[in-house]
Amino acid sequence: MAEVRLEKVTKRFGDLTAVNEADLKIEDSEFIVLVGPSGCGKTTTLRCVAGLEEPTEGEVFIGDRVVNGVPPKDRDIAMVFQNYALYPHMDVYNNIAFGLKLRKMPKDEIEERVNRTAELLGIESKLKSKPKELSGGQRQRVAVGRAIARNPKVFLFDEPLSNLDAKLRVQMRAELQELHHDLKTTSMYVTHDQVEAMTLGNRVAVIDEGIIQQYAPPQEIYDHPNNQFVAGFIGSPSMNFLSAKITDGEEGLYVEGEGFKLLLPDEFSQELQDRQGEDVVFGVRPEDLIAEETMHEKDESTRMGVHVLVTEPLGDEILVHADIGDEEIVAQLDPRVDVAPDQDLNLYANMKYTHVFGKETGNALV
Amino acid sequence: MIQKALNLFSRIPLHVIILIMCIVWLLPTLGIFVSSFRPESNIMTSGWWNVFLDPTSPGNYTINNYTKVIFGNNIFQAFLNSFIIAIPSTFISLFFAALAGYAFAWLHFPARNLLFLAIVGLIVVPLQMTFIPILKIYSQTGLYGSYIGIWLAHAGYGMPLMIYMMRNFMGGLPKELFESAFIDGASVWTAFTRLVIPLSVPIIASLAIFQFLWIWNDLIVALIFMPDPDKAPITLMIANLVGSEGQSWHLLLPAAFISMVLPLIVFFSLQKYFVRGLTAGAVKG
Repeated sequence: MAEVRLEKVTKRFGDLTAVNEADLKIEDSEFIVLVGPSGCGKTTTLRCVAGLEEPTEGEVFIGDRVVNGVPPKDRDIAMVFQNYALYPHMDVYNNIAFGLKLRKMPKDEIEERVNRTAELLGIESKLKSKPKELSGGQRQRVAVGRAIARNPKVFLFDEPLSNLDAKLRVQMRAELQELHHDLKTTSMYVTHDQVEAMTLGNRVAVIDEGIIQQYAPPQEIYDHPNNQFVAGFIGSPSMNFLSAKITDGEEGLYVEGEGFKLLLPDEFSQELQDRQGEDVVFGVRPEDLIAEETMHEKDESTRMGVHVLVTEPLGDEILVHADIGDEEIVAQLDPRVDVAPDQDLNLYANMKYTHVFGKETGNALV
Repeated sequence: MIQKALNLFSRIPLHVIILIMCIVWLLPTLGIFVSSFRPESNIMTSGWWNVFLDPTSPGNYTINNYTKVIFGNNIFQAFLNSFIIAIPSTFISLFFAALAGYAFAWLHFPARNLLFLAIVGLIVVPLQMTFIPILKIYSQTGLYGSYIGIWLAHAGYGMPLMIYMMRNFMGGLPKELFESAFIDGASVWTAFTRLVIPLSVPIIASLAIFQFLWIWNDLIVALIFMPDPDKAPITLMIANLVGSEGQSWHLLLPAAFISMVLPLIVFFSLQKYFVRGLTAGAVKG
């Protein structure tokens, strides 16, 4: 096992900069997730660690060793691919044993390791099957098995679950978590699925346009996004953004926009004191909007009057799309709230968990 | 039900066309087959279909043509010569075409695309154009009239198309397979022997069949590069059965049929390798 470190890693393909000065440190036995929209450079970052791509600039460390220029096979890593990449002409046993055989491991040890791996993943009965005879979930288990049988220093996962159906994905997600708990191998996991990112990662790196926007534990990313991109990317339904201004009032600072004027909590005022009159973006998550009828104590300074457009009852919650001024807002409300399209509705914002971003920079101001 | 009947109905023209094509293709073969069993005088005086006017008359049939060809000539030696020529030529070209196909598909080296284009261009060079320069080289190096010479000639003539086909097939193998193998510890060579070759069996088998049959049926390359009648293949021997004035062409018929037997065996026994889909299960999709 080992830590992995990226220092100012840049990867360019012609004019395109896929990864831009990425600094990333993965502690020994940590499980980190790289998440971002497609084409953001997360897979390229992973492939730089794997040695399938050479960084244009910067250094990649595995353990204490700089691995730039070291071929993939000598990096002591294992990778699980999105489309499994099993060897179609070999049965499951040989798929798992392939890497061990190439490393000239004694036969009985190979057998022991393959059997132990198969047992761990529950595919003992499939050892003699060819990949095409397996279901998607079983194929993915074989792909994972091929990685763990080698007992490498680092696991690299490239969207390993995105080809599975929804139910299987949830199950495999839990299995991967359990596996990491047992093996404690340093892992890097690439996904575009924020649920996978939140549930699997000890830390999550949110990437956009080749730049690491934020690298922190999942809850911190959720509660304190660095910028508007991270705030909008993590969380579903995503955070509402409203154009606003910071204004001064008798009780303190307000965030004021078309159709709302909300009192900011005291904690915010220190950072925002100097920004009065400035254009900002006010961010509030759908679940931090509460309907009038479910409030115990109404605080009028947090009230937003909206006009309901559409409602989406989901059973455990109801999503309300509504107009406020010229902008649209989504609220995630208690399903028992009585709400219908075309009605006016009072929502109360849980101001402690709201966010203020600079209009130009998109950076969090609080 | 009606839909089904309609479907069947709409397919009738297709089936008729296929049937007609089969008949057109098979008719000459049938003619050779029937004629090869007719006495020489009958062959010279009437068409082979006259047999069907009186199919039971024993005077219409003879195996004399066969016995004359088989015992009057050294047909076994010629048959053997054809093998001696065709098998190594096929192996040589397959081996190098597979290597080249892999390199063009997966290895990075300078001028890769330019070289590949040049090879594709060679497909359209008529082989007749190459006879004089190659003969010149062969006579200088002593390859003229040797088996090695004709092996190399056949391999060379077949390889441009084979390299092209191999590259296209191998290029279609999923990239992740190679990446996975490289991470697993494979070298470029192990990836070739353990992954590419087993996965390319369909293309290798079909190219092997085509190349073998091409060489087996070849007359012109043997005519040019194999002056020694003791080493000549069966096609050359058959051609020599007919006299310079076209006499005794009745012997041509059984000889042609004998030489045809092997290609048929090869084709039918290796037909299963034409199946696609050996890569099924490698990647999702």
